[in-house]
Amino acid sequence: MKLLDSRYGGLLLLAAGLLLLPWLAGNAYLLDVANRIAINAIIAVGLNLLIGYAGQISLGHAGFLGLGAYASAILCGSYDWPAWLALLSAAAGVALLAFLVARPILRLKGHYLAMATLGLGMIVSLVLSNESALTGGPDGMAVPGLVLFGWEPQGERAWYWIFATLLLLAIWLAQNLIDSPLGRALRAVHGSEVAARVAGVDTTACKVQVFVISAVFAAIAGSLSAHYTGFVTPGQASFLHSVELVTMVVIGGMASTYGAVLGAALMTLLPQLLSGLEDYEMLVFGLILMVSMIVLPQGLLPGLRGWLQTRRAA
Amino acid sequence: MMTALLELEHLSKSFGGVHAVQDVSYRIEAGAVHAVIGPNGAGKTTLFNLISGVYTPSRGHIRLRGEEVGGLPPNRLAERGLNRTFQNLQICMNLTALENVMVGAHLQLDRRFLPVLLRLPAIGRSDRRARERAAELMSFVGCGAYLAAEAAAMPYGALKRLEIARALAAEPQILFLDEPAAGLNATETAELEAVIRRIAERGITVVLVEHDMKLVMNLAEHILVLDYGRKLAEGSPAEVRANPDVIAAYLGAA
Amino acid sequence: MSAEMQFLVSGLTIGAIYALAALGFTLIYNASGVINFAQGEFIMIGGMLTAVLSGLGLPLWLALVLAVAGAALVGMLLQRLALDRARGAPVVSLVIITIGASIFLRGLAQLLWGKQFRPLPAFSGEQPLHLLGATLVPQTLWVMGVSALLMLALGLFFSRTLSGKAVLATAINAAAARLSGIDTRSVLLACFALSAALGAIGGALIAPITAASYEMGLMLGIKGFVAAVLGGLGVSAGAVAGGLLLGVAETLAAGYLSSAYKDAVAFALIFVVLFFLPNGLFGQRASERV
Repeated sequence: MKLLDSRYGGLLLLAAGLLLLPWLAGNAYLLDVANRIAINAIIAVGLNLLIGYAGQISLGHAGFLGLGAYASAILCGSYDWPAWLALLSAAAGVALLAFLVARPILRLKGHYLAMATLGLGMIVSLVLSNESALTGGPDGMAVPGLVLFGWEPQGERAWYWIFATLLLLAIWLAQNLIDSPLGRALRAVHGSEVAARVAGVDTTACKVQVFVISAVFAAIAGSLSAHYTGFVTPGQASFLHSVELVTMVVIGGMASTYGAVLGAALMTLLPQLLSGLEDYEMLVFGLILMVSMIVLPQGLLPGLRGWLQTRRAA
Repeated sequence: MMTALLELEHLSKSFGGVHAVQDVSYRIEAGAVHAVIGPNGAGKTTLFNLISGVYTPSRGHIRLRGEEVGGLPPNRLAERGLNRTFQNLQICMNLTALENVMVGAHLQLDRRFLPVLLRLPAIGRSDRRARERAAELMSFVGCGAYLAAEAAAMPYGALKRLEIARALAAEPQILFLDEPAAGLNATETAELEAVIRRIAERGITVVLVEHDMKLVMNLAEHILVLDYGRKLAEGSPAEVRANPDVIAAYLGAA
Repeated sequence: MSAEMQFLVSGLTIGAIYALAALGFTLIYNASGVINFAQGEFIMIGGMLTAVLSGLGLPLWLALVLAVAGAALVGMLLQRLALDRARGAPVVSLVIITIGASIFLRGLAQLLWGKQFRPLPAFSGEQPLHLLGATLVPQTLWVMGVSALLMLALGLFFSRTLSGKAVLATAINAAAARLSGIDTRSVLLACFALSAALGAIGGALIAPITAASYEMGLMLGIKGFVAAVLGGLGVSAGAVAGGLLLGVAETLAAGYLSSAYKDAVAFALIFVVLFFLPNGLFGQRASERV
């Protein structure tokens, strides 16, 4: 726990774990699960900046993920763009969209913000399922493999190194942001918005920056996961998927980067564990959401930390 | 006439049909301790909220060094050297005491987005300086014992002073203190008085809303008296004390 | 003329269901400050349970009563077993809990009743009526009539009865309500039951037109939320107006613009309204007190 608290300790620990993992669990299935966890963890780390640190909710982040995924699918698949250019365009496009909607949206508070972000995600997912000529409609579309300057990652292991590196990068960026005047201002906004404003913090600008960053994280993860799985569907942009993303952040522990990673891991593993029980999947998923929020409203990692501290004190 | 540091002209604020502040004009010259007094509900806190940008005036003008600032958000006013504390504390309980003060220094810090994201060395340097400065300010207001404390773990009296330290971290030219002595015992109030004196000695113009008349009369060189949202009187402590309207308002006589 | 009339009637019909859902949101929001994302599932329970029970041969009225009672029970369980135990949790957690409840209920319905659509016969035949140039099925009259009656009854309940005033008092200031002897926990429970019953009646009313399925609650619930926000969260009259407005806007858009983007209308509308009126059409601007 102490290691997790120091600036680079957690990052080093995770890097070591990520390096060892392919030797401990080298088969394709497990690596595929690890890759999916990493994709979700990148999104969750970004979203945690918005939810956990800035205290703003988004029920539409799957929309940004979907836009990233479809941008790569359409630009590479239909227009033969190089993958890196499609990825950067997706990130820039989503950043621009997030920036444009952020100001009016983030002026809103609480439930109004939930509503506006939900609406944004809904509109994206409706466009993706209805513009069949471009997106293949509800059935989705195939995505060509990733080619980066002549190199093409083959198999789960090659992809694993890409996702592991990106995850570490995402965590490093997020922690830089948190541990800075901007991050402090964000936490201050969460603690007392009026105090932050009087201290000179342009709270709206702060929230906009974090909203954009978290949207870009989602778009990049979406774009790469589209190349990785070779297929995109409008379901990736759905309300339910947005809820899953929020759940990763909340279940792992708000305002805890590693909590978000843990939440992403749990939420990715859950469907795998329930794979034999498809009929029960929704039932169990819903139950887990409710029970974990009731029993551990602070989330798993902060809950665990608090429990360890009280035990040590006792 | 010279431009005042802060000038209120026919300032009014109403909520629905309630006139919380009505047609108040007042000039605050640089480098003095001012006080705003009045019975409960006289509109003192509303006046502070108007001046600090928390509320938008319904009518009238607020000029800071001759520049119209009415309706500007608090963060814009902080940029122009105006800062305040709150009657019922506005402390970020999710931060440490030191971090709360550092938030006050937000505007002085290097906070360009990309350098922050990449953690360039300049960011670390600027932040370290802010940390040292925040520690100094905490000692200055008498919170030196809480340098390592979480804000949530601090007693009420210390939090009131922590808020002053946060406001000072913004390096204001004019500082509004909203009932700084409320809830403090006699010893704490005496300490507070010393702190406010030291702040004024630094050349910062202090304006306080306060119910503790002894504190007000000891500190203030100029007093504004409000009643039912209107200006009842203004002047030196001696003038205000002798004013029959003020006496009537405070004693409830007709 | 007839086309507009037709759109107006269909719009008001679906709008009435949104309005009922929006009223449900408003009730619970006012009493507890929680946005209940499971509101749509009450609609689903009402529609599905009525369809299933009447499919078993029960008379329609009995099936309906049982379905509404069932939904009310689920509402009370949700309050007692979930939300009551998470008092004081941050808004995000409460949102997640109700979303979890909604997914759980949908999963349960799918498990119990399968994925297929369940038809429900219209309450009084299928013979279309002609009115002012519009053709409408008798069920639309049921939808509008019953909804109007419910709204009226709710209005009277709040303005004329002591229980109604207890609910209002709890909404305005729970601590003060407790001090004046109101059992706020029971009030909360009653609000969840009432809100669930409203949704369930809406579900049973609309089921003969759209057929019931385990998934029907998701969109209807979200639209109800949109309607509540459009009208200004927490304002009952606003919820009704928001619901009807949304229903008509949606039907007009589907008729004149594109039926594929019918569902997008709600969200486009919410953007426009929130952009220009951050507190909805009828919401009060609350100023922060510091």
